[in-house]
Amino acid sequence: MIEFRNVSKQFDDGTMAVQDFSFVLPSHKTTVLVGSSGCGKTTLLRMINRMVEPTSGQVLIDDEDVATQDKVALRRSIGYVLQAAGLLPHRKVLDNVATVPVLKGVPKAEARERALELLDLVGLDRSLAGRYPRQLSGGQQQRVGVARALASDPNILLMDEPFGAVDPIVRADLQVELNRLQRELGKTIIFVTHDIEEAFTLADQVVIFRRGGVIAQAGTPAEILAQPADDFVASFIGADKGRRDLFLQQREGDRGLTLVVDADGRPVGVLEPDQDPGRGAPV
Amino acid sequence: MRWALSNLDLIGQLTLNHVRLAVIPIIASFVLSIPLGWLANRNAVLRAVVITGGSLLFTIPSLPLFVILPLVIPTRVLDETNLVVALCIYGVAVMARSAADALASVEGPTLDASTAIGFSPAARFFRVELPLAGPVLLAGIRVVSVSTIALVSVGVIIGSSNLGYLFQNGKQRGILAEVVVGILVSLLLALVFDLVLVGLGKLAMPWAAPTGTHRHRSAVGTGTTPVAASGGAVAGAGPVDAGPRRGDGAR
Repeated sequence: MIEFRNVSKQFDDGTMAVQDFSFVLPSHKTTVLVGSSGCGKTTLLRMINRMVEPTSGQVLIDDEDVATQDKVALRRSIGYVLQAAGLLPHRKVLDNVATVPVLKGVPKAEARERALELLDLVGLDRSLAGRYPRQLSGGQQQRVGVARALASDPNILLMDEPFGAVDPIVRADLQVELNRLQRELGKTIIFVTHDIEEAFTLADQVVIFRRGGVIAQAGTPAEILAQPADDFVASFIGADKGRRDLFLQQREGDRGLTLVVDADGRPVGVLEPDQDPGRGAPV
Repeated sequence: MRWALSNLDLIGQLTLNHVRLAVIPIIASFVLSIPLGWLANRNAVLRAVVITGGSLLFTIPSLPLFVILPLVIPTRVLDETNLVVALCIYGVAVMARSAADALASVEGPTLDASTAIGFSPAARFFRVELPLAGPVLLAGIRVVSVSTIALVSVGVIIGSSNLGYLFQNGKQRGILAEVVVGILVSLLLALVFDLVLVGLGKLAMPWAAPTGTHRHRSAVGTGTTPVAASGGAVAGAGPVDAGPRRGDGAR
């Protein structure tokens, strides 16, 4: 469990990134912080591993204030995935994945052995182990980034717009993959994005921000979709223009199939009542 | 040609001595410039001191420096150490700037990511910053190598025996062949040093070599080194590439 207690952050140039923010992020769930740029979501994420120090207030992991912990040790205990992967260009894929265990003193051979297993876990072929990051595609690099974050088996995974720099098709792949991993591993994931679709795809809990680190609404994707708290949220999730309203329609000559159409009558799909979507249990 | 053949022993000995005199300053300026480059990137004042200081040192003519050195360090006027120390000074003067640029060339997001995943400051410097500064450091040391080999010759004037002897002796005695041999062997030596440095660079930085499908993209090189413009001998330098630029990194 990660708890923000009355956290504020004012940067040196005077901008107030976050003001008196209090919130609890549940363990073993994916919480997605979403908002437009400058809303303070990345600042909040980076407070968890002390890449940013709050001006006032506390951040607690399992009731322990992170400010009392050694920065380097804290960061090694938390997985971190960032945009464009942030891999070390001079290290081979395998060594990139093994970075944190090696820093923690695990023998190199052992760390590499484990790194190979992690490549399997994130769906990368072992033949890529000997390549340098720049010899991989953006999507592959991102998978390496996830493998690296998982290498020391952390409880917490911080993900800072990790899929922001890859094309939409690869991004969709990575999102599905992350959901699969999360079902397997049950980490406490904090994921930052400005893409509300991504947030709804990944989140157990979505937190939508206004500027200045103020929560506009927090809840499950279904709760937010069903009842946007106000006009800001409705507009942010696109519900204000009816974009989120879907209707069922049955047409003549469609062999009894039920169409799902949006507010403008545009078909978006066919109703499949007997099948679970990829995520499994309904939210 | 006949002169060269009948004086092979002399040429060989002078060449060896030349190598010995050049190697120490090249290595020393590489090692010394790294902390200076690190300092230069701490703040603007230190940067000005290091960069401007380096430029000023380099403008000192070599002869007066040879003369002044024995007054500053405990050596005699005709001591070879004077030459080596003077060459170190010139080397550091050039290399400090390269080192500062090299360390500054390492991309911010890479460093930020390294810190975020748990590199301690020292580990980050030695395992991330320094290796990634490698390509630009290499470009710098190649310039230092060439200029040091040229400058060693001047040492003849203060009694050092090296390839410069061939210029001096050849000129005094009017033996053109001797001067020509001196020039050619110096050139050759500079070339060999350069090839060795490039080879060492390839060994130490396999990641920087353009490979496979990325060849075209990465062959563009960074071209950020100011030394690349000043060092004629480096004009043919291989791609000094730190990998593809990540222009899409902005959010």
